[in-house]
Amino acid sequence: MTEAVSPLWEVFIRPRNGLAHRHVGSLHAVDAGMALQAARDVYTRRGETLSIWVVPSLAIIASDPGEQDMMFEPTASKIYRHPTFYEVPDEVGNM
Amino acid sequence: MAAGIVAGRRGRASCAPRRRDAAAPTGLPDKVGAHVSATTQAFSDHRAAWLARLGDATLVLGHRMSEWLSRAPTLEEDIAMANLSLDLIGQTRAFYARACELEGGERNETTLAYRRAEPDYRNPLLVEQPNGNFADTTARHLIFSAHAAPLYERLAGSNDPETAGIAARSSREIAYHLRHSGEWMIRLGDGTVESHDKAQTALDELWPYVPELFEADDLDRRVAASGFGVDPSTLRDGFDAAIDDILARATLKKPALHFGQCGGKSGVHSEHLGHILAQLQFLQRAYPEARW
Repeated sequence: MTEAVSPLWEVFIRPRNGLAHRHVGSLHAVDAGMALQAARDVYTRRGETLSIWVVPSLAIIASDPGEQDMMFEPTASKIYRHPTFYEVPDEVGNM
Repeated sequence: MAAGIVAGRRGRASCAPRRRDAAAPTGLPDKVGAHVSATTQAFSDHRAAWLARLGDATLVLGHRMSEWLSRAPTLEEDIAMANLSLDLIGQTRAFYARACELEGGERNETTLAYRRAEPDYRNPLLVEQPNGNFADTTARHLIFSAHAAPLYERLAGSNDPETAGIAARSSREIAYHLRHSGEWMIRLGDGTVESHDKAQTALDELWPYVPELFEADDLDRRVAASGFGVDPSTLRDGFDAAIDDILARATLKKPALHFGQCGGKSGVHSEHLGHILAQLQFLQRAYPEARW
């Protein structure tokens, strides 16, 4: 019913474990306040949330799927860019 | 879904029209269990009777909210209403469980929820009114949570630590219920002409059920005097402040009160509770001791 007129929002959740905000999904809501409320209801039901961001989907500038070859393919062959030659101690945790 | 909330006006009991500050007669029976029938099972402890009354309110409202599942206007709201319903059922379990402990008898939360007769339920008439349309449900929830928020806040100071703990936890939940229903009310009232009209109609239809929420009977006064519970007549200012703020932002008019409906708190219900209980209790009545 209201789907046709209510804009789409992207939802980002920051979990308790200290990680950065992570994209978890999207939802429809009439305005920013309701989007935040709906995000709380839909995406934080099982706890472990410290913070929510909602962003209008329209505000996201996406790369063109048709340009994948130009944008991302050239890096595939450059394995020397991966820091796999270092050993990361367990104490460092998430990097 | 369009079943009129208007029908709820024909509840059997009624209060005299009442001003906030006037000590008008309430029409409520003076004693707990004064409405006696063969199946009525009175509580042996007055604190248990009072707590169970809170549980009855959240049980019935929680059931009403659960009726929206798969029928809400949007997927997001469907999940939100399930959350609200589950909060209320959770509060019910906590209130009932503590009531049973205080009573020290053989009853448990399941017995209280599923094995009592209609007059044993002491919820206010407001919560048993039909869901109607989304504005009706939103208005009902706003009124209930604007009343329950200050109630739980005060009850968190109960001299019974268990009850205080339940109230503190429930207080955080109900604060969100107030936010959720308030934000919706603002958008419905200040939305389209149609949504404004539906929101105003919903408020007007439900307003007669407001006074009962703040009527104090002997049981209320007794638990308040002992420091266990809260006298609801002292909560009206907090309710009015919250409602006035929201209605102003919603461009809605606070209805004038021409009459009040009450009786639920003493077991005299509108025609709706029987139907709710028939659905709610069917499984436990048909298959006693059923587990899943």
